[in-house]
Amino acid sequence: MTTTAETGSARRSDAPLGGTFLPQYDDDAPPALPRASLGRPSPDERFARVGSWLAAFALAWLVTQRLLPLAGVPWLLVAWFGLGLVVTAVTAGMTDGVTAVKDRVAESLVTGAALLVGAALVSTLVFVAIRGWRPLMNLNFLTADMSGVGPKDGFVTGGILHAITGSLIELGIALAITLPLGIGTAVFMTEVGGRFARIVRTVVEAMTALPSIVAGLFIYTVLIVALGYPRSGLAASLAIAVMMLPIIARAADVVLRVIPSGLREASLALGASRWRTVWHVVLPTARPGLATAVILGVARGVGETSPVLLTSGAAAFLVTDPTDGVMNSLPLFIYSNVRSGEPNAIARAFAAALVLVALVLALFVAARLLARPRSNRPSLHHRLRSAYPFGAHR
Amino acid sequence: MTTLPTTPHDVGEAVPRAVSRKGTGADAVFEHGARAVGASVLVITGGVGLFLAWQAYPTLQRYGWSFFTESQWQPDEDVIGIAAVLTGTVSVALVAMAIAFPLALLTALYISEYAPARSKSTLVSLVDLMAAIPSIVYGLWGFFLVMPYAAGMARWLQQHFGWIPVFAVNDTDPNAAVWDTSRYVSSAFCAGIAVAMMVMPMACAVMRQVFSQTPVGEKEAALALGATRWGVVRSVVLPFGRGGIIGGTMLGLGRALGETIAVVLIVSPAFEIKPRILEIGTSTVSSLIAGRFGEASEAQLSALLAAGFVLFVITLAVNTVAAVVVNRSRSGAGTDA
Repeated sequence: MTTTAETGSARRSDAPLGGTFLPQYDDDAPPALPRASLGRPSPDERFARVGSWLAAFALAWLVTQRLLPLAGVPWLLVAWFGLGLVVTAVTAGMTDGVTAVKDRVAESLVTGAALLVGAALVSTLVFVAIRGWRPLMNLNFLTADMSGVGPKDGFVTGGILHAITGSLIELGIALAITLPLGIGTAVFMTEVGGRFARIVRTVVEAMTALPSIVAGLFIYTVLIVALGYPRSGLAASLAIAVMMLPIIARAADVVLRVIPSGLREASLALGASRWRTVWHVVLPTARPGLATAVILGVARGVGETSPVLLTSGAAAFLVTDPTDGVMNSLPLFIYSNVRSGEPNAIARAFAAALVLVALVLALFVAARLLARPRSNRPSLHHRLRSAYPFGAHR
Repeated sequence: MTTLPTTPHDVGEAVPRAVSRKGTGADAVFEHGARAVGASVLVITGGVGLFLAWQAYPTLQRYGWSFFTESQWQPDEDVIGIAAVLTGTVSVALVAMAIAFPLALLTALYISEYAPARSKSTLVSLVDLMAAIPSIVYGLWGFFLVMPYAAGMARWLQQHFGWIPVFAVNDTDPNAAVWDTSRYVSSAFCAGIAVAMMVMPMACAVMRQVFSQTPVGEKEAALALGATRWGVVRSVVLPFGRGGIIGGTMLGLGRALGETIAVVLIVSPAFEIKPRILEIGTSTVSSLIAGRFGEASEAQLSALLAAGFVLFVITLAVNTVAAVVVNRSRSGAGTDA
C-alpha cells in the first residue's frame, strides 16, 4: 500500500468540504528517530560537550605554554576557559543554529562560574588547613596558653586555650543578652504589632546596616573612654551584642512572619489566650527556624574581628573572668599573630583560623540539623520504651 | 407539636456583652512585657545611631565641608578630612562588586536553573557556609594566597590597559626585565578580591531566593514554545528576578563598604585621593578607624566617630534602597503558576 501526495490530494478534492480524513501511513518511510529526552543529552551531544573542553585544554596548553609567552598555570586556566567557550560555540554552530550556540555557551559560562566559586571556597579551606596543620599536631596547642611563649618559639610550647576560652565566654555573654532581647523583639513585632512595633521594626532593620567596626567604636567610646572602664572581655561581648542584636532580631522576625496564621487562629478559636498561643503554638512551630537564625547570628559574631579589636585587648594568658582585664579571642589572636610577621606566629595564626573555621562549621551543621523538618521516626527514648514495655518506666 | 418561644415580659433590654481587644490577666502581662522588650531594643539600637550622630556633630560643625573635601588625616596639625578614605572605601567596594556581581549572578542561575535537582540543597548550604566563614579567614586567603597572583594580573592590566587612568600605576615600568612587585601589592584591587569573596555568597543567596520563586507555569510555557534553557533564563527568570538581582547586589555593596579586617590586613595605608586601584596603598573608613582609635584623644575620637557615622549613613542608604527594590519586585505577585 502506498500513500503519496497525489492520492492524498486526490482524495481531498473528492471529499465534501469539512469532512474528516484519516491519516495515511507511509510504510516505506524510515522509522522515526526516538526524540532525545529534554532532560538528558544524547551521546552525540555529550561527546560534543566533553570533547569541546578537552580540545580546548589541548589548544590552551599549546597556545600558552608553547606558542605565546604566557607560561604558568593561571594563564593555562584562563586560556582554557576562554577557548572552551569558543570551541563549544563552534561545535554547536556546526550542527545547530544561533539559538543552540547561545544556549550552549550560556550553559558553559554559568557552569564555569559556579565551578570557579566552588574552587575559591575549596581553596580557602584547603589553604588554611595546609598552612595551619603543623601546630595542631601538638596537643598542647589546644590545652595550653601563650604565657611565656615568644613568637619564635617552636610548636611544642604554647597554645590557644586562652583564645578559645575567651571567644566562648564573650560569645556566651553576648548570646545571653541578645537571645531574649532579639527573640522577644521579634515576638513583639509579629504577635503584638501596632504602630510602635512598626517603628521598632524600621529602626532594627536600619541598624543591621551598622558596620561592625562602628559598633566596636561605640562601645570603646562609651565604656572605655567616657566611663573609664578598662578593656575587658565584658566590653568585647557588649560590642558583639550590639552588632548581633539587630541581626538576630531581624532574622527571628522573618521566621515568625512565615508561621501560617491558620495555626494562630485555630489556637485562639479553641479559647487559648494570646500568651498561650505564642508560647504553645507559635514558638514551638518556629523553633527550628529560630534556632537557625540564632546559630547563624552566632557564627557571624564569633568570627567578627573588628569589635573585639577595639574593645578587648589581647592577653597571652588564660583569663576566665570577663570583667577582669584583657581577654583574648580567636579572631584577635589570628590578627595579632599575622601582624607580628614571624613565620611560627603566622603558622599559629593559620592553625587558630583552622580551629575557628571548624567551630563555625560545627555551628553551621548544627543549624542545618535543627532546621530540617522533624522526621516521623520515633526518638530513641520512645523506641526503647516500646521495646521494653516492662522496664523502669512502667 | 411545636411550641413557639414566648417573650417573657419581665426581662429587661438585652445588653451586648462587652468585647475588648485589651488583654486581661496573663495576656496583659505578655503584651506589656513584649512591648517593654521592644522598647528596650529600640532604645539600644536607636541609641547607637543617635549617639553617633551626637558625637559626629561637633566635628562636622568645626570642620564644615572641608571634612568631606580634605584628604589628609593629621589630627596633630588640625587637618582632618575623609575625602581620601571615602574614595578608598568606594573603590574597594566597587572592585569587590565588579568581581562578585557576575559570579553571584551566574552561581545563583546555576543553582536555580542548571544544577541537578539532587545536588541543589547541598549547593545552597555551601553558599550559606561561604557566607558564614569569618572575614579574617578570607583576609588570610587574600593576603597569603591570592596577592602574588593579583600582583601579576595587576601588572598585566597596566601593561595593556595602562592608558586608562584607573589601571595606571605611577613610578614603575611594567616592561622592566625585573618588575617591581611591591608597587602592585596591598592595593585596593587586592583588597577588593578578598572583600568580593565575602559579599559574593550574600548577594548570591538573595538572587537565588528570588530566582527560585519564578512561576513554574511561565517557565514551562516558555519551554513549550520551544525555548532553550538559556531562552527560559533570559525571557522568564532574569526579568522576573530583576528586583532580586539589584537588591542582592546592593546588600552586598552595603556589606562591602563596611568590611574592616580583610582590608586592614591587606592594604597599606595611604591618604590621597587615588583612582589608580592597582597601585599600592589606599585607605577605607573602617581601616582608618581600626588604625587610629588607639592613639586618639577625645577630639580625634569624635572625628573618628564622625567618619563612622558617615559610613553608617551611606550603608544605611544603600541597604534601604536594596530593601525597597527587593520588596517592590514581582516576587510572588505575578501570574499564578
